[in-house]
Amino acid sequence: MSTRLARGGRLIDRSRAVDFTFNGKRMRGFAGDTLAAALLANDQMLVGRSFKYHRPRGIVAAGAEEPNALVQLGTGSRSEPNQRTTTTELFAGLAAASQNHWPSLEFDVGAVNAAASRFLPAGFYYKTFLQPRAAWKPLFEPVIRRSAGLGRPPEEPDADRYEQAYAFCDLLVVGGGIAGLQAALSASASGQKVMLLEQTPHWGGRAPVDDVLIDGRPAADWVADTVAALEAAPNVTLRTRCMAAGVYDHGYVLAEERVADHTPGDGRPKKRLWRIRAGKVITATGAIERPLPFAGNDIPGVMLASAVRDYLVNWAVSPGDRVVIVTNNDDAYRTAIAVHRAGLTVPAVLDARAEANGALPEEVRSLGIPVLTNRAVAKVKGGKRVTGVTVCAQAGEGAVLDSFDCDAVAMSGGWSPVVHLWSHCGGKLIWDEAQAAFRPDPARPPITHDGSAMVAVAGSANGELLSADVLADAIRAVGGEGEAPRAQSPEEAPTEPVWIMPQGAPPALRSKMWLDYQNDVKVSDVQLAAREGYESVEHTKRYTTLGMATDQGKLSNINGLAVLAGSLNAPIPAVGTTTFRPPYTPVTLGALVGEARGEIFQPLRRTPMHDWHEAHGAYWEPVGLWRRPYCYSRPGESHSDAVAREVTNARTKLGLLDASTLGKILVKGPDAGRFLDMLYTNVMSSLPVGRCRYGLMCNENGFLMDDGVVVRLSEDSWLCHTTSGGADRIHAHMEDWLQCEWWDWQGYTANLTEQFAQVAIVGPNARLLLEKLGGMDVSKEALPFMHWAEGTIAGIPARVFRISFSGELSYEVAVPAGQGLAFWQACLEAGAEFGLMPYGTEALHVMRAEKGFIMIGDETDGTVVPQDLNLGWAISKKKADFIGKRGMERTFLSSPDRWKLVGLETLDGSVLPDGAIAPAAGSNANGQRNTQGRVTSTYWSPTLKKGIAMGLVHRGTDRMGEVIEFPKIWGGVVQARIVDPGFYDKAGEKQDV
Amino acid sequence: MLILECPYCGVKAEETELSPGHEAHLKRFGPGSSDEDFESYMFARKNPKGVHFERWRHSYGCGKWFLAARCTATLEVFGTYPAQTSEPPPDIVARIKARRPEWEGYK
Repeated sequence: MSTRLARGGRLIDRSRAVDFTFNGKRMRGFAGDTLAAALLANDQMLVGRSFKYHRPRGIVAAGAEEPNALVQLGTGSRSEPNQRTTTTELFAGLAAASQNHWPSLEFDVGAVNAAASRFLPAGFYYKTFLQPRAAWKPLFEPVIRRSAGLGRPPEEPDADRYEQAYAFCDLLVVGGGIAGLQAALSASASGQKVMLLEQTPHWGGRAPVDDVLIDGRPAADWVADTVAALEAAPNVTLRTRCMAAGVYDHGYVLAEERVADHTPGDGRPKKRLWRIRAGKVITATGAIERPLPFAGNDIPGVMLASAVRDYLVNWAVSPGDRVVIVTNNDDAYRTAIAVHRAGLTVPAVLDARAEANGALPEEVRSLGIPVLTNRAVAKVKGGKRVTGVTVCAQAGEGAVLDSFDCDAVAMSGGWSPVVHLWSHCGGKLIWDEAQAAFRPDPARPPITHDGSAMVAVAGSANGELLSADVLADAIRAVGGEGEAPRAQSPEEAPTEPVWIMPQGAPPALRSKMWLDYQNDVKVSDVQLAAREGYESVEHTKRYTTLGMATDQGKLSNINGLAVLAGSLNAPIPAVGTTTFRPPYTPVTLGALVGEARGEIFQPLRRTPMHDWHEAHGAYWEPVGLWRRPYCYSRPGESHSDAVAREVTNARTKLGLLDASTLGKILVKGPDAGRFLDMLYTNVMSSLPVGRCRYGLMCNENGFLMDDGVVVRLSEDSWLCHTTSGGADRIHAHMEDWLQCEWWDWQGYTANLTEQFAQVAIVGPNARLLLEKLGGMDVSKEALPFMHWAEGTIAGIPARVFRISFSGELSYEVAVPAGQGLAFWQACLEAGAEFGLMPYGTEALHVMRAEKGFIMIGDETDGTVVPQDLNLGWAISKKKADFIGKRGMERTFLSSPDRWKLVGLETLDGSVLPDGAIAPAAGSNANGQRNTQGRVTSTYWSPTLKKGIAMGLVHRGTDRMGEVIEFPKIWGGVVQARIVDPGFYDKAGEKQDV
Repeated sequence: MLILECPYCGVKAEETELSPGHEAHLKRFGPGSSDEDFESYMFARKNPKGVHFERWRHSYGCGKWFLAARCTATLEVFGTYPAQTSEPPPDIVARIKARRPEWEGYK
């Protein structure tokens, strides 16, 4: 029975009872409890089932390293899987549920996996899928899916909010134990801007639990004084509940602060993600106790010795009346003392070492507790909780010498410094033989921009496991001076490494020794992996899944690689560790997202007429960060009907398009013409002032990347129109060449896209509308096709370009953005008598396809040269050079044996499927059907009353009239004739009236 | 997340303000160049573990392209300088040589 003690508990407030539920069962704890402490206080030792074998599992640890006690926390829109009970602070109304069991925690069908465990060995997944493929889907997958997995993802959108904060400091200290506090204190005296983070809600770390005295007083007093001094210092920022998740390049640190985890719904953000830029980082992250590998070490009631001590001292929780302690070091004797002091019984301390004569073992002996050396746990007895242990000699093979009844086993396999943050950005480790642990190698730190060390380590994280050494180490780490406060703790004899208990354990015992609790990896699995040839620790990790669970092997990694080293007969440092990667403990996705959800997931670009579109039935299409109306549906009208109406209206009367998203880049200067001649495939320097010219832009490979109309504004300035999605990219492309290649050419570029609203007035009545609006002569004579003029229309300053992407008589009018909506409304008002209707992007697409005009991104995909699209006429033969000229001269690009743009006309008048690929005879080297073409644009043409399409077809321009077949999505084929892509007004008479 | 100082505006810019632009000091080969030269210009990029010269643009700052000398293994930055140069400035070369005596030089 685990229970709450009548007295004690330094972190709980007995005057404030807190009610919560576990699997629907009502329970009561105290303010200050962790969920784990409260569960143990309610004798809930069984808290979950293991991942693979569904074995009963209890609480092992008291901190972030907990591998077993993970729960589904909350319900509905506040449901979170895999929350560690040991770091979850108790609050009123908390609802936790155990995971990975069916039908119930107490009775689990999946536990048959345990009986079949010899069929689920290391590499089980890989071996399974060596079996016939036919068996995967019906047989293996359902079984694996049902039995594997931890918590369930939430099904509703998260009701909480999250925020992100930026911080900058000279020194970031991670860890608020006595080392971190001392480091921050020493650094603060120098005036540096210091930030100190502690992942738990409490300062002081282990020292107050472990009876450490500092300057003759209890550690807790020194901690309180130091925190008060730091809080008073203006240059120090302190955060508790703040876990430093990762250290990255140049002093960048991510930390997650649990702001309102324990006060849900109080209006504060649930979590805050800190993005910290630190001049230097000190990790004072302490150490984690290792379990001992003995048979049955995963039965509920087997806990880390330090955790037993924490539950007794911090929360007055007893894990059981009788606690057997098993250890290979002196530190675990503190647990015996704590258990004894709580009035409970220690039947024996089993010490794997040959002798134990240090101060702590002697003190334990003096309390009348039996200390048995060269002893080991042969096996833990019990199922859903510990009932006893059998004892054997550590040196032997497990012959039972003795047994003890007990309710809990406190184990200690020594301590591993928490080196994660040191290692994230390249800090290297050395093997400390005396302490049987990896610790940071001061000669090989992670380094920062100037080549200096970015991270230093202080205290237990640096391998200084004795409190007496910790404070001096912290002062050294910050380069501080002065005498360290004197910490007193007993001398400890060396730890003796124990990687298997007993050392000669036979297979029956080794297959019950858990290394990785969360992923169910045992000593026997790692040994099997070694026998099967997995010599690299990284390979063994992936083969056995050792250390791959949500706890990332905090308890298991060192034991696991020691077992591997033993199997390979290699020294531990030669085997090495797996890579430490951020985050240290899981960071919730909500914190990484921060405020960027819903409407502010990404910025939205609005044209000046955006709100008008919204109010008039626009069905939006995302174009880059813009939203453009796809069409304007009238009540009861489908989108396709709306598109057909808009096309017909523009072709027969008058259409209005918001073209403001079109890229508009000004290029100006004495060398602007010369520069544009390099950027475009055709000549722009010769364009007369007042004229427009369609231009193509290629990249250095010769592939087409953008197109648009270039306008000569004046002697030294040109306006380049780009595609809507391409403006920023093309502007960057121009700047790249101007700054980095032709930096001595005089000219500049300016992206004016958002400075102007642009309206396309399209259709046979276009001129009538502009004449009615008044202010400029827009006659054919005064403003011919591909000319432009500047003036005032309807009282608004305007540039009028006579260009057409529809094939109709068309004017594109650019006005200052601030007057865009006024101009748009003036057009609508004056245009009513001419049958004006606004149209959207789909009508624009249909009309350009009817004309056979290409669209960047439809007819191009980054592997298409202009010649493929029959645009050779727009490539200058005279220019010595332009970007892409050399690239397109390469033999495979200039070859006639390429896919060429053609029109495709279905024989039955239907619309070809978008992206359909025409197969050809035979198959390629991979056994796939050969292909001869693909559809790049396909629409129903309301003008021609049939499906029209463009496509790239192998030697297509030589195959006019030929019929090829395209598969349909739901089976069958559709036949299409290769035709000229100019479906409508091929001669271009309508646009030039 | 690197920090590079923009040599134009002097801002110590975080990587999120910058756009990377591959290897610096490339010589452009245009029309008339051999297939080998063109291939080398277009596709053959250095990818050293160690000292490297790179192009970066202060995209969300002043918009200028600049060049950076950096160690790809340790992320040590030896210096940044304007893009309008055809080879690394002598002071940066000297700094690299001081820090990396085994460095074979920029060519």
